[in-house]
Amino acid sequence: MPGPDLQLDARGKLRHFLSTEGLDRAVLTRILDTAESFAPVGERAVKKVPLLRGRTIINLFFEPSTRTRTTFELAAKRLSADVMNLNVSASSATKGESLLDTLHTLEAMHVDMFVVRHAASGAAHFIARHVAPHVSVINGGDGCHAHPTQALLDMFTIRRHKGGLDALTAVIVGDIEHSRVARSQIHALISLGVKEVRVVAPRTLMPPGIEALGARVCDDLDEGLDGADVVMMLRLQHERMHGPLLPGSGEYFRYYGLGERRLAAAKPDAIVMHPGPMNRGVEIDSEVADGKRSVILNQVSYGIAIRMAVMSMALGSHAGGDS
Amino acid sequence: MSDSVAALIDSMATDLRVRLDAARRTSPLLIGIHTGGAWVAEHLHRLLGITEPLGTLNINFYRDDFTRIGMHPRVLPSHLPVAVDDRHVVLVDDVLQTGRTIRAALNEIFDYGRPASVTLAVLVERDGREIPIQADVVGRSLTLADDRYVKLSGPEPLELVIEGRG
Repeated sequence: MPGPDLQLDARGKLRHFLSTEGLDRAVLTRILDTAESFAPVGERAVKKVPLLRGRTIINLFFEPSTRTRTTFELAAKRLSADVMNLNVSASSATKGESLLDTLHTLEAMHVDMFVVRHAASGAAHFIARHVAPHVSVINGGDGCHAHPTQALLDMFTIRRHKGGLDALTAVIVGDIEHSRVARSQIHALISLGVKEVRVVAPRTLMPPGIEALGARVCDDLDEGLDGADVVMMLRLQHERMHGPLLPGSGEYFRYYGLGERRLAAAKPDAIVMHPGPMNRGVEIDSEVADGKRSVILNQVSYGIAIRMAVMSMALGSHAGGDS
Repeated sequence: MSDSVAALIDSMATDLRVRLDAARRTSPLLIGIHTGGAWVAEHLHRLLGITEPLGTLNINFYRDDFTRIGMHPRVLPSHLPVAVDDRHVVLVDDVLQTGRTIRAALNEIFDYGRPASVTLAVLVERDGREIPIQADVVGRSLTLADDRYVKLSGPEPLELVIEGRG
């Protein structure tokens, strides 16, 4: 995987947004701060600013998505960009060559930005390495690798509800193995300097070597939740599981599902997050999902502000332009 | 706040009151442009005894030079505490030169709603207009060489600084 240099230009400004890995605290904080100033735009009568007027953004989705695609589309529209959604069927475009062909065809239409979602890990990096110099790429989720805008909207949610991140203990629970969200969250949490990141998963869904990212592996949910400030639940990604990795959903819930009773182990003012879509009764109980400590719907609103921030930062001027 | 800036703001407050009274524009809504304009607006807000909270605007999302300059790294959000619809808005900035900032601010205000009127008050107006925008209330007028510029430093003390090679 290419280094952070692909994401930043010569002056350290965001050029592509592919992964939270390799971006330092200053860059991540700048994105969060910019999102903070975009957040009020969604509450106005006219929910639009003219910043990206005349720019063309293509949502290039090789994998189905509702929430991510919709919030990227809304973010682009609130920045006054022209946005087009392309849902490319995965079967016709899994080979590198045909992906490049698709890309160059679209580039010929004078596109300024691609938002890419793909089932293959590394797809967004691949595209970023092959686009024309004036085109920016945002990763909307690639395989089991990264989902950086989701991770940053989670960081934004935590900062909004907890004030800061420094003193916090965050626990990520669920299908870590298949979760691009979890990987991006861990990198972001560590870069932003939280006190501790814990991960909880059944052994079959815990990737070996996850400790190397800086997370503490907990044996069970109660240990993970003990005194936690932030509880980040993950969706069971059945579509990425090949073979019998899990017992039935009922049993999964018994050991790894979050209900009010288990949640009592966390701090009284802990917040509960979920990237959606939720499997109610599998990884999270409705009582918690709809409860006082849930910030799941806030995450969705903040997602638009985060996407507006990375889109406008990536499409601002870059090395080579004047300043 | 240095005496001269305080005196300028005092005279602006007097002019503004006379002007608003003459036009029967009651309970004006003060909006200051980040950062210098917001400082001046704070003082006017107090001098005019306005009870409603002050609004602040950050025009970064409305600038016409985004393509050349890109995003400002640290952008404070705009904050309009009350609806602007049918209100008499007083827009406050520190320095009026090209007029581009005011153009951007007006666009932003109209994205919040439809004010009954907008009055422009600036601490300093200088030459160099590039679009047809003029202030209604002016603290001080200056003519400066092209390579010199005037800015307001602050917030405590507020001081006008003239810099440049000349």
